[in-house]
Amino acid sequence: MRRVYLDHIAATPLLPGVLEAMLPFLRERFGNPQSLHSDGPAALEAVEEAREMVAGLIRASASEILFTASGSESNNLALKGLALANRNRGTHLVCSAIEHSSVLNSVKSLERLGFTATPVAVDQDGLVNPQDVEKALTKTTTLVSVMLANAEVGTIEPVAEIAKICRVRNVLVHTDAVAAVGNIPVDTRALSVDALSLAGDQFYGPKGGAALYLKKGTRIVPLIEGGIQEGGRRGGTENVAAIVGLGKAAEIAREKMEERTEKARTLRERLIAGLSRTADHVLLTGHRELRLPHHASFCIKFIEGEAMLLNLDMRGIAASSGSACTSKALKASHVLLAMGLDHATAQGSLVFSLIEDNSAEDIDYLLEVFPPIIDRLRKMSPLYTEYLKERRK
Amino acid sequence: MIYSEKVMDHFQNPRNVGTIPDADGIGQVGNPVCGDMMTFYVKVKDDRLTDIKFQTFGCGAAIAVSSIVSEMAMGKTLEEAMDITNDKVAEELGGLPKNKLHCSNLGADALHKAIEDYKSRSKPGAKEAAAGAAPEVQEAHDEKCCCPYCDGPLDGMQAVCSCHHCDIELVECPECGKYTNHADETCVSCGAKIAT
Repeated sequence: MRRVYLDHIAATPLLPGVLEAMLPFLRERFGNPQSLHSDGPAALEAVEEAREMVAGLIRASASEILFTASGSESNNLALKGLALANRNRGTHLVCSAIEHSSVLNSVKSLERLGFTATPVAVDQDGLVNPQDVEKALTKTTTLVSVMLANAEVGTIEPVAEIAKICRVRNVLVHTDAVAAVGNIPVDTRALSVDALSLAGDQFYGPKGGAALYLKKGTRIVPLIEGGIQEGGRRGGTENVAAIVGLGKAAEIAREKMEERTEKARTLRERLIAGLSRTADHVLLTGHRELRLPHHASFCIKFIEGEAMLLNLDMRGIAASSGSACTSKALKASHVLLAMGLDHATAQGSLVFSLIEDNSAEDIDYLLEVFPPIIDRLRKMSPLYTEYLKERRK
Repeated sequence: MIYSEKVMDHFQNPRNVGTIPDADGIGQVGNPVCGDMMTFYVKVKDDRLTDIKFQTFGCGAAIAVSSIVSEMAMGKTLEEAMDITNDKVAEELGGLPKNKLHCSNLGADALHKAIEDYKSRSKPGAKEAAAGAAPEVQEAHDEKCCCPYCDGPLDGMQAVCSCHHCDIELVECPECGKYTNHADETCVSCGAKIAT
């Protein structure tokens, strides 16, 4: 059966070149980078090379890159580490309502420690208004965290504008750029943020290879205390293979950025236009223009996401959903609800995110297979029957 | 695959999907806040279910549950059908993932509601009154889901609330956020330990 992978936001495949670069560090170059014997420097050199590569991808200095094990860890470290390091200056935080759970739950945990937080609402496209961030700032605000791009709806946020406002007020800015880095050009200097999270598994690197950009001179309290790794800001023996993989993926992403985004955008437009043509009552979620090039997200009215995912999977298509039924806790996506969608509509959430191997034929296959699935599920939906009845009136 | 073969079979080929325009009883449960909605239609003759149809808005488990409930109840007496419990439904399906067990409650409830609707209509004098009445639909309340045990409405919307039907106090599971019995050691939905 044809397999079409459209779930970039969940995981990207490892590029062959990335795997090749990693393998020696799982075999003969297994040394601990901190060892004084000759195996140490051999590993350390690879780690530092990877640091250069990651820095190069986001226009930072190598010394500003701190390796972590996941985007979630980077977000935890940024939120907790920066909030705690600046506690004597103030205890108020601001973040958007559509942040990843690793940001929102870090904020909750800080609230239990005595911090206060103001969530900033988004509009129906999932956009944060920089003026709303400005209004949320108080005299004791020390940190603002707004994501660069949202993985569920693809919207790209005006982080540079927000950072500009915060800079004047001497407030630190963190951005969760996990969904963005490697997929759109990201420039820490232009964004003018103090901290930025990224993860290699979002751009064809390995899981377990992630990083936090921390602007030179920014103080942070470590989450993992231990040895002198990462300048004492993150203890634990370096995951050398994953770090090397992240570095290689960053190098490739930088080289292929334009080609990748161009191709993804073309296919995305084919998907959005095609689905709008072949199915009715389909709502594009997220901003129409300001969105990740590889991202097409929808709410399919009157039916539920998990049922769609299972049907698509049976036809070889992999995608994601933010419906309540697909979440362990059976709660609808906080992102979709924050954008003002009602529960029934949010239940129909479906996210297609492209990887670089996808072709026009993949999209055409989806467009051939998906509309009949929608029809079949609607035929058994009481909400659709109700809608038809209402329309007849 | 998170579902058993039997669940997938009923999900892919659901039995008895549809509506019955001249149904003798209609039962609707659930709301989109909880995730799923089911409507059951029944025809009754000589105290037996002669036809059953359903429509479901929901996940794979919800669709499979509706399908198997319709199959289990078809041709049964009303009494036998009222005996179909959520446990029996889950068992018949070869088990359900823990956090999908509530779907089996919904299926049995929707069927029972349809039978109760039939009974209330066939009570002397009730026929005229019920004829024009639309089936009762639970309203969707923000964050106010249903009792994980009986799917009844809950009192209160805070971290602690109660179900009057089951007469238990419910707390939010710290792990999955769903309501679970305060007196229990583990969460009914995800199995996480509850601190008491």
